[in-house]
Amino acid sequence: MTALPAPRLSHARALWLVAVVLTAILWLWGQRLAPFAFDYPKAWQIPAARWIGNAINWLMKEAAIGPLAFSDVTRFIAALIDAPYRVVLSLLSSGLLSGEGSSAVQLWPPLSWVAAVGLFALLGLYAGGLPLALTVTACMAFVAVFGQWQSAMVTLSSIVVAVPIGVAGGLLAGIAAWRLPWLDRALKPVLDLMQTMPVFAYLVPILILFGFGPTAAVVATLIYAMPPMTRLTTLALRRVPAEIHDLGRMVGCTPRQMTWRVLVPASREPLMVGVNQVIMLSLNMVIIASMIGAGGLGFDVLNALRRLDFGAGLEAGLAIVALAIALDRLSQALARRASAPPRQGARHPYLAAALALVAVAWALGLILPAVQTYPEAARLSTSPFWAAAVEWINVTFFDMLEALKNAILTTLLVPVKRFLLSLPWLGVVALLGLAGWRLGGWRLAALTAGLAFLIAATGQWEKAMITVYLCGLSTLFALLIGIPVAIAVANRDRAWTVTRALIDTLQTLPSFVYLMPVVMLFRVGDFTAMIAVVAYAVVAAIRYTVLGLQGVDPRLIEAGRAMGCTDWQILTRIRLRLALPEILLGVNQTIMFALSMLVITALVGTRDLGQEVYIALTKANPGNGLVAGLAIAFIAIIADRLIHAAAMAQREKLGLEGGG
Amino acid sequence: MTDAAPKLVCRNVWKVFGARAEDSLARIGPDAGKLLAAGLIPAVRDVNLAVRAGEIFVIMGLSGSGKSTLVRCLSRLVEPTSGEILFNGRNLLAATEAEMIAIRRHKMGMVFQHFALLPHLTVLENVAFPLEVQGVPRATRDARAREMVALVGLAGREASFPRQLSGGQQQRVGIARSLAVEPELWFLDEPFSALDPLIRRELQDEFIRLQSRLQKTIVFITHDFDEAIRLADRIAIMKDGRIEQIGTPEELVLHPATDYVREFTRAVPKAKAVRVASLMSASPPPEGAPAIPARATVAEAGGALASGAGALAVTDATGRPVGTLHREDVIRLLLAGTA
Repeated sequence: MTALPAPRLSHARALWLVAVVLTAILWLWGQRLAPFAFDYPKAWQIPAARWIGNAINWLMKEAAIGPLAFSDVTRFIAALIDAPYRVVLSLLSSGLLSGEGSSAVQLWPPLSWVAAVGLFALLGLYAGGLPLALTVTACMAFVAVFGQWQSAMVTLSSIVVAVPIGVAGGLLAGIAAWRLPWLDRALKPVLDLMQTMPVFAYLVPILILFGFGPTAAVVATLIYAMPPMTRLTTLALRRVPAEIHDLGRMVGCTPRQMTWRVLVPASREPLMVGVNQVIMLSLNMVIIASMIGAGGLGFDVLNALRRLDFGAGLEAGLAIVALAIALDRLSQALARRASAPPRQGARHPYLAAALALVAVAWALGLILPAVQTYPEAARLSTSPFWAAAVEWINVTFFDMLEALKNAILTTLLVPVKRFLLSLPWLGVVALLGLAGWRLGGWRLAALTAGLAFLIAATGQWEKAMITVYLCGLSTLFALLIGIPVAIAVANRDRAWTVTRALIDTLQTLPSFVYLMPVVMLFRVGDFTAMIAVVAYAVVAAIRYTVLGLQGVDPRLIEAGRAMGCTDWQILTRIRLRLALPEILLGVNQTIMFALSMLVITALVGTRDLGQEVYIALTKANPGNGLVAGLAIAFIAIIADRLIHAAAMAQREKLGLEGGG
Repeated sequence: MTDAAPKLVCRNVWKVFGARAEDSLARIGPDAGKLLAAGLIPAVRDVNLAVRAGEIFVIMGLSGSGKSTLVRCLSRLVEPTSGEILFNGRNLLAATEAEMIAIRRHKMGMVFQHFALLPHLTVLENVAFPLEVQGVPRATRDARAREMVALVGLAGREASFPRQLSGGQQQRVGIARSLAVEPELWFLDEPFSALDPLIRRELQDEFIRLQSRLQKTIVFITHDFDEAIRLADRIAIMKDGRIEQIGTPEELVLHPATDYVREFTRAVPKAKAVRVASLMSASPPPEGAPAIPARATVAEAGGALASGAGALAVTDATGRPVGTLHREDVIRLLLAGTA
């Protein structure tokens, strides 16, 4: 008689069990035995904030290469950005001025609003025909009618300056990284950091290096908007077929000809996607950049938010959206046009029309002031209406909203927060290390545990745990909403088209706009922050889940049906199972979105790392700001690497191609 | 043409892929087995060949046989690990990068399997591209490009973009482009493999027509033995990076050197490979016998023989009779093929 083997725990499971039990023991009884595992001892702290502060001071005051001081370099960069910015600004907004400040005299008026709208329309007609021309005109007219023209032109000026610099810089960096593998390896972590680090964190050093004003804002925008262009360039150049390379060498191209005549033109479709990304990200930065002096629409939104003037904020916010939609559609249409064969000689009529338009508008503007500047009397404002609406909701539903908020706070938010705060940092670091080791071997383990340890060692554990709690719960809610929505729309063409249009628009909304309605209804606090974060991050959850579900091989679904699976079985056993890697990447993106929004919610009074960064910004304390910002970046990197490794493991298991 | 001087000579050419391939090859020595055991991949192994001026030299091999690597070694697109490549008697491996650029610009042309047309340029601009790279003035290069476009039968499509053309038309552009610099040496890397059979046939005919006019020295890569037989003056058969045999189509068919070559040639009808010249007798032809060029294949003589002639007058390129092709010899050849 043979004995049946007793069901045994697999190695991996046993390991996890032991680790969790050990941590639990430490958590329950360790407080007295090993207090250092709970509160990181002050004496062992790494004074990173002070080091960074000193380093930046040194950079500003003493650093020099020979006779060239570092501050000269920053001044040179500032001048490089400032000169074109002034030209564009006077063209679009202020006109040519003589003299300074309020005593300035306008020598030459700026481009009139009629001419500007007309130019946008012509560009739309040129790039995408009548429908695009109408869309663009509508967007710009919206801006004018709601009295946002002046601010919008200031914003547009900084975009017009930032985008070409961002595109050119990203392109050159991308080409360099493609040519030199060591540079590529060195650049990758830098780009990762640039993208995961909350923008607030590097606003402070930029503020110190470049001073308050539009130049500093453009620099911040560039740091934020350039990485995707760099990545896309490297990727696009790698994807150029080998035969095109061979062709270039066979016809005897010099390295320079190879790059500019062969490779870059051959990959211009993906490159145009990069240009579009730069434009959109620059617009995203508009509000944040206004904190260090960008002015324009971003400043209006920020100001309205501080005054809790919902209507004014909404209008300025919507003007940003209108600008974003116009620029997005235009750049996409231009990209499509670039990849389609051009009609020969079709450009000159447009150019002639544009010149005629500007001339006529200028001449008319001299006679009719309404052509030059949009007339005050014809402006619409919905501000009072919104104020009344919010007030009515608050008066009518106050008890209900308050009860809802309190119920969720006491049953969910507060307990989770308490639990996370009570965990020993040592145990969490160990568990993260274990997860890293299981999913990606020693290197990943060293990375996750090391970064987590650094957060503790720089004295930010508590704030980091609050960030994790807010971000974790928000991600959870975003997924709970996003995944079912995605399942519902993934296989219905109509529903997906509508949903996609909706989430595309939501993504062009600057993140600040999400805050306003929630603040109006729930006032400041964690709950408000959470709702704003969920609203912002749910887009990623929907998008990736749909992508995954739509990517499932239809033959497998057919096979399932042939085997007699019910719809539910097909969904759970086949579609969700196979879409799991994409869904995991969606979770990853949702976390990234949540983290980036979380920083912004510092404005509504959270107590996490975001708040720390924000306070550092207001106090112009670069050390604290950067250290807290780095901690957020570390959280993002830990989550990203772990989930990425898990997704890769899943892909391998399912026999899908290995690449991410 | 058999006596023409070699234009391109390969001596003991090796291409080994892997870390520190050059050192390893020097250390381990030219032994494929040991190199493989050391974790290196010898893609081209000790290749020796000579391409004569004005001939069509076909390199035939299945995928992974190293033929594409070899042809890229010939133009140094891929750096050979060791050996010599002599072009007009000069070792290319000793040339500097600047010299190589000059040689590729003026002396070499290449046609690619997937056409490698630049998507952002028109047909005319694509064809003119090699001249543009050299800095030829626009008027001159456009005139030259127009001429080439007309040569490949695409006159009227100069302003089209590659994506507006069919596969066959795209490859015509590729051919026109490779000829724009009037290369001495013309590389064609599986030029017709990506095309469907009817178009492939059409372009092979076009290629034969062009070559009869241009008389280039050609290195032609293919995995299709029928194509090789149809186009080649001589064929090199490659397997595992090594050359198995070099010979005229009929030499390969009649006297395969290895089992691998025999396996390949078994299915080929001998009449399609053997030329009239090697089957004829030197005796003067009977009066009034229909004429057949010595270069023609036996299969091409079939029509005349089938319509009743007992013997054909074999003529050389100038039309002078050089011998007689007897019907019995043809029948013997065909029967031997099935035995």
